[in-house]
Amino acid sequence: MSLVGEGANLAGPLRAEHGRLEPSMAAVGDYVALMKPRVMSLVVFTALVGLLVAPGHVHPVIGFTAILCVAVGAGAAAALNMWYDSDIDALMTRTARRPIPAGRIEPGEALAFGVTLGTGAVVVLGLLVNWVAAALLAFTILFYVVVYTIWLKRTTPQNIVIGGAAGAVPPMIGWAAAGGGIGIEAVLMFLVIFFWTPPHFWALSLYRADDYARAGVPMLPVVAGADATRRQILVYSLLLMPVGLLPWLLGYASAPYATVAVAAGVMMVALAWRVRNERGPAGERAAKRLFAFSILYLIALFAALLLEALAGTSGRALA
Amino acid sequence: MDERSPEDGIVLTDEQKRRRRARSIAIGLALGALALLFYVVTIVKLGPGVLNRPL
Repeated sequence: MSLVGEGANLAGPLRAEHGRLEPSMAAVGDYVALMKPRVMSLVVFTALVGLLVAPGHVHPVIGFTAILCVAVGAGAAAALNMWYDSDIDALMTRTARRPIPAGRIEPGEALAFGVTLGTGAVVVLGLLVNWVAAALLAFTILFYVVVYTIWLKRTTPQNIVIGGAAGAVPPMIGWAAAGGGIGIEAVLMFLVIFFWTPPHFWALSLYRADDYARAGVPMLPVVAGADATRRQILVYSLLLMPVGLLPWLLGYASAPYATVAVAAGVMMVALAWRVRNERGPAGERAAKRLFAFSILYLIALFAALLLEALAGTSGRALA
Repeated sequence: MDERSPEDGIVLTDEQKRRRRARSIAIGLALGALALLFYVVTIVKLGPGVLNRPL
């Protein structure tokens, strides 16, 4: 009996045993969905602001390359998150239609896609822009996938507080891509996103608590209850207000930014106060309003920083 | 009953073929864009001097 013959005979049983060998039905759109394009758009925007606010000049092609790598890196992190979380995504209404739980993409395909894109984004950013930015991007992807997704998400209600650091790094990547280092203003932008993340995600988790409980994810409303979550949302919204003003207080932004930061901060606290006090359907509406406004808050503050930088009126410290 | 024998291998349906072709085109476009990006960045980093060389 020849070895070739044995191999040929094995092919049939192996194929029957492993249904995963069925040809993929994944469409290009499924791979795009795997990269969480809506989350990616916010990451790209904050990285772009970091890039344009940084002192010095960056060639438009190099800047475009940096932002492209950040976008691809964010997409890779999202794909790896969906790969690891496909079991709990299948149990939650909000995520059950994602490509893996819906059966359109195999977990192995998502893993290969995420690893390839993530590695590629870091290497290209390092080769074409600089290695400080590349190291920050690598840290962000690894932090989001390993520390947040694999470790914290299923073990502690502080998951999104600590894990939020991953989402806060993109402006620092943009800054490093432009200047090759890590500046104080970039750290301030990091802090704004870091303190913004808890009220943003906890507002969502308030009206998705059943989903998280079904999947066994220890989000704050599931573990500590809705009232404790409402208190924490208010506390973090109150903390966010002075943090949002830090770029102006430390002289890196001017009065128009401060005006936007105060107005948006007051609105954020007011909405968090309503979340704190409303119950039932009105409470759910208040949480949804806070979640929606929190996105606007971040866009407003970063847009103000961007406009000041483009107008050349950024702060006293840079003058 | 499945009329295919194991020796036929995996036979793609028309829909599977269409989706594979779409994925292949997307990969091709991405690789082309990456090659173009490296070319443009090379020109940018080296500057106009890249064209000024003795023949």
